[in-house]
Amino acid sequence: MGTFYTVHFWLFSALAIVAALAMVTRRNPVAAALWLVNVMFALAALYVMLGAHFLGAAQVLVYAGAIMVVFVFVVMLLNLGENDVQERRSMGAAAASSLLGGVLAAELLYVIRSQPLNDSVLQPVDNDAMAPMANSLFTENLVAFEVTSVLLLVAVIGAVVLAKRGKVAGEART
Amino acid sequence: MGPLLMTPISDNSTAFLIASAIKVLVFFGVYLVTVAMLTLAERKVSAWIQDRHGPNRTGPGGLLQPAADGLKNFMKEELSPGAGNTILFSLAPAIAFSTAMISWAVIPFAAPVPTPWGVMSLAIADLPVGFIFTLAIASLGVFGITLAGWSSNNKYSLLGGLRSSAQMISYEIAMGMSVIPVLLLAGNVTLGTIINQQVTGGWNILNLTFAFLTFLISAFAETNRLPFDLPEAESELVAGYHTEYSSMKFSMFFIAEYANMLTASGLMATLFLGGWDIPFTAWDNGEPSVLKTVLTLVSFALKTGFFLFLYMWIRWTLPRFRYDQLMSLGWRFLLPVSLGYIVLIATTLLVLQLLGIQAGVLQTGILFVLNVIVLVLMFVVFDRGRLLSPTTSKMSAAEMLRLRSLDRAGSALVPSARPESGMGD
Repeated sequence: MGTFYTVHFWLFSALAIVAALAMVTRRNPVAAALWLVNVMFALAALYVMLGAHFLGAAQVLVYAGAIMVVFVFVVMLLNLGENDVQERRSMGAAAASSLLGGVLAAELLYVIRSQPLNDSVLQPVDNDAMAPMANSLFTENLVAFEVTSVLLLVAVIGAVVLAKRGKVAGEART
Repeated sequence: MGPLLMTPISDNSTAFLIASAIKVLVFFGVYLVTVAMLTLAERKVSAWIQDRHGPNRTGPGGLLQPAADGLKNFMKEELSPGAGNTILFSLAPAIAFSTAMISWAVIPFAAPVPTPWGVMSLAIADLPVGFIFTLAIASLGVFGITLAGWSSNNKYSLLGGLRSSAQMISYEIAMGMSVIPVLLLAGNVTLGTIINQQVTGGWNILNLTFAFLTFLISAFAETNRLPFDLPEAESELVAGYHTEYSSMKFSMFFIAEYANMLTASGLMATLFLGGWDIPFTAWDNGEPSVLKTVLTLVSFALKTGFFLFLYMWIRWTLPRFRYDQLMSLGWRFLLPVSLGYIVLIATTLLVLQLLGIQAGVLQTGILFVLNVIVLVLMFVVFDRGRLLSPTTSKMSAAEMLRLRSLDRAGSALVPSARPESGMGD
């Protein structure tokens, strides 16, 4: 791990923190969403530096590319102005979210400190980003993997059911 | 590829750094010039299709037309909407262009070249995630168009932006799904492995003809090219997401469109036409030499050029789809059919493996026959012009009644789309 690595680690860490701060302080919802995209990017870069190439690419593909696009899409459709957001801000909400965030950070710190990280997790994989991940997903953790996909399926079916219900009501009106 | 006698250049970190920097700089120059020449090529091809001469006044045969256009765009007055978001308004064209260019980073454009410091792979970054990287970066391209639409503070721009996000997200899924059979055959996601698999196992256009067609359709939708250029349909939306743009910022969107085309063409050449592989000879896959690198580069350029020509050919031939046709094609046809095709190919590969048939002429033949069967079933038996060709074939009476009832119910159906009349000419 030379200076090249260290410089980039600090660069992306700083970018992630600055972008996260900018994200919670922006008044314009679209700007906040775009700062969140920056956070995702910085995290993806950190994953890649840890040798987790697939995780980095998936982070950009799924979060920055798909979920955030839908976020921006919805924000634009609702066309929330700065005033609408201002009305929704309150000291209570800020205090509650800070408290929850603090608890989460404390938990993470406790877990990291209480047991040393398994070194094999941190070993970069030789030029094959997919096989170790696929092996783990489809052998050791197959049940968890399948349950997660069922969960996603439930969400999709839920959306379809909601859309269908609206459509039936609309037809009854005309 | 045969056994490499020399070590890869990445073993020597200084040489690797310098080689990467040179690759990036050379690529940047070549890419920008190619994109500029593509704008000229588009006008020449359209002129040829419409039996005109096209631009031929600036430079020999009109070759300097892109330079003249660029200069003109720099000189034009630049306007930006007063009530819009100025920062995002400037950022949007840059995002649209740079995502197209960055996706190219993993595509190997020629056989590895030998240097005194080791063998240099001719992809800018030979990442282990390969194709997933391309998908990830391409999925960000939609931000450029969406933000352009939103930050303009104009309803036509916003509608164009919304259409583009819906369209690009929809077709991204179909695009990803149509590549999975390719990954199944290659057994890895790096584009180098995919090319090597096609060297031994035949080009994927024969192995996976159906996946090629679905990828081609998705690529047209992803690049917002006719017949899927709904985000900028000028008969409905003035000019769509770039209505408010002027001067060089407008030009950036134009450049971004051609950059996207170039990247998509390179990707199709790599995934389905064997990349830089020269067909009918194994000579180019042996030990690296400079001559082989040059010839494979020509081979790759020809394949990419074919797809670029196809893009232009289709633009000046087909009319635009209606928005509901576009969405039903993406969600109700391409996605389920690609999913079914993945199952079919995975099963076939398993059976072939059990029968002990290795990659080669026999495997390619079996897969090609399978593809022909699937295509015939798709076009003749299941479809019969209902979904795939509603713009050209007669509509059934029942379908016409359904659409009219939709129209009466106040849905925002646009009656019909006119062919495009040549933007930017």
